[in-house]
Amino acid sequence: MLKDITLGQYFPGDTVVHRLDPRTKLILVVLYIIALFNAKGWGAYLLVLAVTVICMAVSRIHPRNIFKGLKPMLFIIALTALLNIFYTQGTPIREGWIITWEGIERAVKMMLRITLLIVGTFLLTYTTSPMALTDGLELLLKPLNRLKVPVHEMTLMMSMALRFIPTLIEETDKIMSAQKARGADFETGNLIERAKALLPILVPLFVSAFRRADELAVAMESRCYHGGEGRTRMKQLRFCTRDFIALILGAVFTAAVFVMKHFGL
Amino acid sequence: MAVISVENLTHTYSAGTPFEQTAIRDVSVTLTQGESIFVLGHTGSGKSTFVQHLNALLQPTRGTVRIDGEDINKDKISRRDVKRRVGLVFQYPEYQLFEETVAEDIAFGPKNMKLSKEEINERVREAAGFVGVEESLFSRSPLELSGGQKRRVAIAGVIAMRPEVLILDEPTAGLDPIGSRTIMENIRNYREKSGATVLVVSHNMDDAARYCERLIVFDHGSIRMDGTPEQVFAHTEELMDVGLNVPKAAEIAAALRKRGVPLEGAVFTHDQLLRALRRAGEVTSC
Ligand SMILES: Nc1ncnc2c1ncn2[C@@H]1O[C@H](COP(=O)(O)OP(=O)(O)OP(=O)(O)O)[C@@H](O)[C@H]1O
Ligand SMILES: [Mg+2]
Repeated sequence: MLKDITLGQYFPGDTVVHRLDPRTKLILVVLYIIALFNAKGWGAYLLVLAVTVICMAVSRIHPRNIFKGLKPMLFIIALTALLNIFYTQGTPIREGWIITWEGIERAVKMMLRITLLIVGTFLLTYTTSPMALTDGLELLLKPLNRLKVPVHEMTLMMSMALRFIPTLIEETDKIMSAQKARGADFETGNLIERAKALLPILVPLFVSAFRRADELAVAMESRCYHGGEGRTRMKQLRFCTRDFIALILGAVFTAAVFVMKHFGL
Repeated sequence: MAVISVENLTHTYSAGTPFEQTAIRDVSVTLTQGESIFVLGHTGSGKSTFVQHLNALLQPTRGTVRIDGEDINKDKISRRDVKRRVGLVFQYPEYQLFEETVAEDIAFGPKNMKLSKEEINERVREAAGFVGVEESLFSRSPLELSGGQKRRVAIAGVIAMRPEVLILDEPTAGLDPIGSRTIMENIRNYREKSGATVLVVSHNMDDAARYCERLIVFDHGSIRMDGTPEQVFAHTEELMDVGLNVPKAAEIAAALRKRGVPLEGAVFTHDQLLRALRRAGEVTSC
């Protein structure tokens, strides 16, 4: 079923990671990505890997869900690895071969880097509800308001989009079932036939998406929504001790990776 | 002849994720040709999940569904073929209309069955006749119709496949009393003319008392009661217990009996109530 796609889905829980302020987690992910892209030697890679595994364990996300989320990316990861294997200069692993030791090393590192990048960002979306995530983002980006960037509107759009993804998936599922019950066939036929077979899904889906958007707009207006100015929030975000500890740990981790880079580890 | 037998059917949604939920548990039941069945049950009791197994839209987590002894989930072909024999009209089917005209939308099912043009036209006309969609509407866009008309067009779209078993998931939800009565009458009419088995999922006890011969009551994913309306409505307490009600007529009869009016026999439809009251000499003219 479409619904079982786990890509970036939130898994409710009650671990330290779940309870961290979303702003903390956003900053940590940025630090994590900086660290990841500055890892050069094996030592640094091992450190990042270890930190990722520890975070996974602490947040109690089942590795199976991580693998499920990785599945759609496998092709890209494999392709990058292959390109690196074949297009890196260096000492061939055997006389006359184009595959080099350097190529293999780079391919493995590249694979690790992409995988860790995906897993790290998954940890964020798996442990933070979309609402908390956009709230955190809005607060973090607030300074941009001075530059006339409509931060509130942008994050509102984002949270609405996130909010409606599951609804639309559910709707697609329902429409597909209903058309299948009328004998629609989405699995066989050539490309053109299959594209045509999508019409019975897309038309009702768009109709209902527009209807929903319309209803939502009316509902928001009738509750006197008038944009972000002067708006207070029901759930105030507050940094606590654990957020400071997490941020310090994150900074230390990133610093460690830079130090290792300096010493060629 | 289509006999559907369901054995130890269990369905779990999103198995293996934190959202895992068992919607129906160990359901066994047999539906015989020509029966008229109502499926009742509180919200979330698994009715929709159950009916989607009868035409292989959902695959059982455990258990089997057979039609005339053949497992409907045996392979892809049997899964496809069963959809032609068992027609399912979803809850709020009007949101699934998509063609440019009403006639084309009704023709979608027969077209997928690769029938000839004449055959398709005939079936469209026949199905539209069953649900009272006039031919003047045929060239209109289905999106321009009223809610009740859309509902009828959607039901016609399934009837046009001439299913041996017609399943309707809450066909009257959200319609006005006259609209829902016409739809129920249309469905009864289809059953009488075609001899199909008809299974209706509903929340309406009065409809249940009036339009069916057999009632199946779901409670938290399993079958709690299965019998004729007389049998099921005799258990008022148990029905209340699973969050359902008895028909208005039965309620009135119970209240009258409590006050000492001697009503004879089983009373759960309006006609039965009137008859019993006449017999009790309380009503002279009505
Ligand atoms: N696609 C789905 N994914 C996950 N869970 C589902 C899905 N569909 C239904 N469920 C769950 O399965 C249970 C049974 O749902 P079902 O739709 O079969 O109930 P129902 O008896 O038809 O209710 P209603 O009278 O409200 O239509 C519910 O608890 C529901 O939350
Ligand atoms: Mg339902």
